[in-house]
Amino acid sequence: MASRLTTFGNDLYTGKRSFNFVGGRRKWYSIVAVLLILSVVVPLVRGVNLSIEFRGGSQFQIAGVEEAAAGPAEAAVHEVVPGSVPRVAIVGDNGVRVQTEQLSQAESREVTTALAEAYGVPESEVTSTFIGPTWGADVTRQTIVGLIAFLLLAALIMAVYFRTWKMSLAAIIALLADLVATVGIYAAVGFEISPAAMIGILTILSYSLYDTVVVFDKIRENTAEDGAESRRTFPESVNLAVNQTLVRSINTSVVAALPVAAILFIGAGALGADTLRDISLALLIGILVGTWSTVFLAAPMYSQLREGEPAIRRHDEKVRKERERAGATDGRAAVPSA
Amino acid sequence: MAAPSKRSSRPAPVRKAWRSLTWLGVIIVGLFAVNAAGVIWGGGSWTPKLALDLEGGTQIILAPQLEDGQSASQEQLDQAVSIIRQRVDASGVAEAEINTEGNNVVVRIPGELDDQTRARIESSAKLELRPVLLAGAATTQSIDPTATPGPTDPAEGLATEPTVQPTDGSDLNWVTPALQAQYDAFDCSALDETSANVAPAADPLVTCDQDRAVKYLLGPVEVSGENIVDATNGMVQTSTGGTTGQWAVNIVFDGTGADEFAKVSTRLYGLKGQTPRDQFAFVLDGAVLSAPSMNGVITDGRPQITGQFTQESSKALADQLKFGALPISFTVQSSDTISPTLGTSQLQAGMIAGLIGLILVVIYTIFQYRALASVTIASLVIAAIITYLMITILSWREGYRLSLAGIAGLIVAIGFTADSFIIYFERVRDELRDGRPLVGAVEAGWKRAFRTVLASKGVNLLAAVVLFILAVGSVKGFAYTLGLTTIIDVIVVILFTHPMLQLLAQTRFFSSGHSWSGLDPSALGAVYRGRAQFRAPVDAGKKAAASQREAQKRQTIAERKAAAVGAGGSSDEGKES
Repeated sequence: MASRLTTFGNDLYTGKRSFNFVGGRRKWYSIVAVLLILSVVVPLVRGVNLSIEFRGGSQFQIAGVEEAAAGPAEAAVHEVVPGSVPRVAIVGDNGVRVQTEQLSQAESREVTTALAEAYGVPESEVTSTFIGPTWGADVTRQTIVGLIAFLLLAALIMAVYFRTWKMSLAAIIALLADLVATVGIYAAVGFEISPAAMIGILTILSYSLYDTVVVFDKIRENTAEDGAESRRTFPESVNLAVNQTLVRSINTSVVAALPVAAILFIGAGALGADTLRDISLALLIGILVGTWSTVFLAAPMYSQLREGEPAIRRHDEKVRKERERAGATDGRAAVPSA
Repeated sequence: MAAPSKRSSRPAPVRKAWRSLTWLGVIIVGLFAVNAAGVIWGGGSWTPKLALDLEGGTQIILAPQLEDGQSASQEQLDQAVSIIRQRVDASGVAEAEINTEGNNVVVRIPGELDDQTRARIESSAKLELRPVLLAGAATTQSIDPTATPGPTDPAEGLATEPTVQPTDGSDLNWVTPALQAQYDAFDCSALDETSANVAPAADPLVTCDQDRAVKYLLGPVEVSGENIVDATNGMVQTSTGGTTGQWAVNIVFDGTGADEFAKVSTRLYGLKGQTPRDQFAFVLDGAVLSAPSMNGVITDGRPQITGQFTQESSKALADQLKFGALPISFTVQSSDTISPTLGTSQLQAGMIAGLIGLILVVIYTIFQYRALASVTIASLVIAAIITYLMITILSWREGYRLSLAGIAGLIVAIGFTADSFIIYFERVRDELRDGRPLVGAVEAGWKRAFRTVLASKGVNLLAAVVLFILAVGSVKGFAYTLGLTTIIDVIVVILFTHPMLQLLAQTRFFSSGHSWSGLDPSALGAVYRGRAQFRAPVDAGKKAAASQREAQKRQTIAERKAAAVGAGGSSDEGKES
């Protein structure tokens, strides 16, 4: 297996085998567009589940229950707050989670006592959370401010590092696509959007740009080293760079996704580890989306942005003419394979 | 790990490699020493402190309750934090952590929280002294169900500005028709614990006492609770030094408070007999704590409140006056209690997930990089050691606490850290494919990879810093671990991964391109070795021949190089799978 991927890497490096990421961009763009539209439409149709942190309310978790059932919890809540409609969920093997509308502190304590009695556990085993409706809004506002600040700074730094704002633009567009797709897929899975999920989504920002920078650095290397003497057109140079980093992209997405997948499956089974579960789902989606958006969206878009530049257009024309004169077959990049 | 084969000659890369490794050793030993010093002398520990979601305990977030358009200053928040800390300390709770996050005050208390302590924290109110203008028995809605059809705004259409400008806080000109209507219609049961009953300091306030038995119309704030330096309870002393057996609350004002209180007491004492206008009210969280009448002119700033006190009630009032003197009032925004069992199970789940993730990464890298995977694994171990030490030291020095979000950050960091090695190895392989010998390939690959690693990790660090500065709560903890691991990752790649590869490049196993080394030039399809040393074409199987024909159709630099030497750039595919 390893050697096959290594050989695959060799072929990609030499250009013996090549995927046409840049030339076939119309196809990739349409796929991305469809995915993005689905990411917006599906959650809108199905509705987005906001977690209790955003809705506001009271939540109780009872650990170490011998027989996890919803009945006792409902009865216990009704005893204290007659009109309440609690949402009761069984978590793991011996955990119960109860969510109610916002209770006063006094009611909250009474419910805690009642639940402890109902399930025959000491009161210390009952976890209670009270969240005011403004909490989520507060965190969200701060996060959005952070997001905008990060995007501006990152765009500026990348423009300086790569010495072209077009790489920044392509990277940021791919990043925004990642964000929409990650949130969309996350919501489509049906998990609640919680603060932990938001942390995951923010990490994706960092990861998505990180991955784009790795691939773009190779593109910069290739296009800069080739210079005017290159026998490849600009899109071909970009495409070769993407292909040459493809094995890295595959390895990285697998290595980054493995620990996250481990958290997702372990975290899903453990009581109260919602934080782990939500964060890892957001990360898992984001890592995969982030890696592949670089390949299918950011790189073709960068090439497209640059192709119109007079110097590059002149160079590409020259390359094509020389090829015709030499009677060679058209550039590899135009021949899709695999 | 393998030692360099040629110790005697010691080429430049080897010397550099040993220097880097020495630095790494110094850093790790240094961190160990700092932590050990902390454990021995400074109350440090070998394990990081855990946040409440892992340890169990209570977290209460208090949000400031402000009049429209106001914002709390950092100074006010800091003051609030120190007062709440006093209250918590007074209740004997150890290791409470109180700090500000954004505009909010966050109180974290490990272990179980008793109701009394909770009440102390949550009555995070602003204390004000206002003169009483009107007082009466509380009305309940059953008495007057129809008279006020619009209970939300009974004062509609009535004058809200005093016709005659009031001269002092006790002037009845404060009572405008609108205010009178509001007072008449005021329902004490509406004074919910969580709802805000705030009025600007310069305006009158309609409210009730804490038992909801008496309602008041109060003048503007005369003295602010911040001016109370101390409040104690004790027996009333007679002039001869004996006690009357009556409990009282003794208040000590600071200079400003004493001056202001002197003015008020002079005026109120002058109104003696005109009850309730000779009373002044201590207003806590919008409700009247106590409304004693003025029995004398007090100019020394040390008034005494007497009344129907028991020892307990006088102590409670004294505490509320002393500790209730927050500059702004707060409401409970969220309150979170995590049972210790739950915390432990979350920590376990996190650790198991991390371990499984790590094992999976190890297996995958072995598949991918063969013996080279040992460098990856050793690098991850080194990174893990440094990260652990840093977190332990930071939790000792900076009060950092490892939360579930932080653990998630660390687990995710495994993947991100391994990526630096992947970038590096792939660049080295690329150089091998171009036909460089291993030692040269390592150096050339490093130069390119290092640039990429720095640029990409720079983006990661930027994200972490921006999030850390701007975000709140658990997002902050996550950003912290992300930033920390990013920096450690770069240190490890410079001081460990690269030097190790430099050293390994000297060994026969790697430089001869053993098929298990992960750097096998033939498996990598290298076309020629070193300067003009071409590798003999390997026996190309059917597959290779087919791919060669395919390759001829698509010319590349490497292919042309291969064509130039007349050797097929074929790979010995299938040799080991």
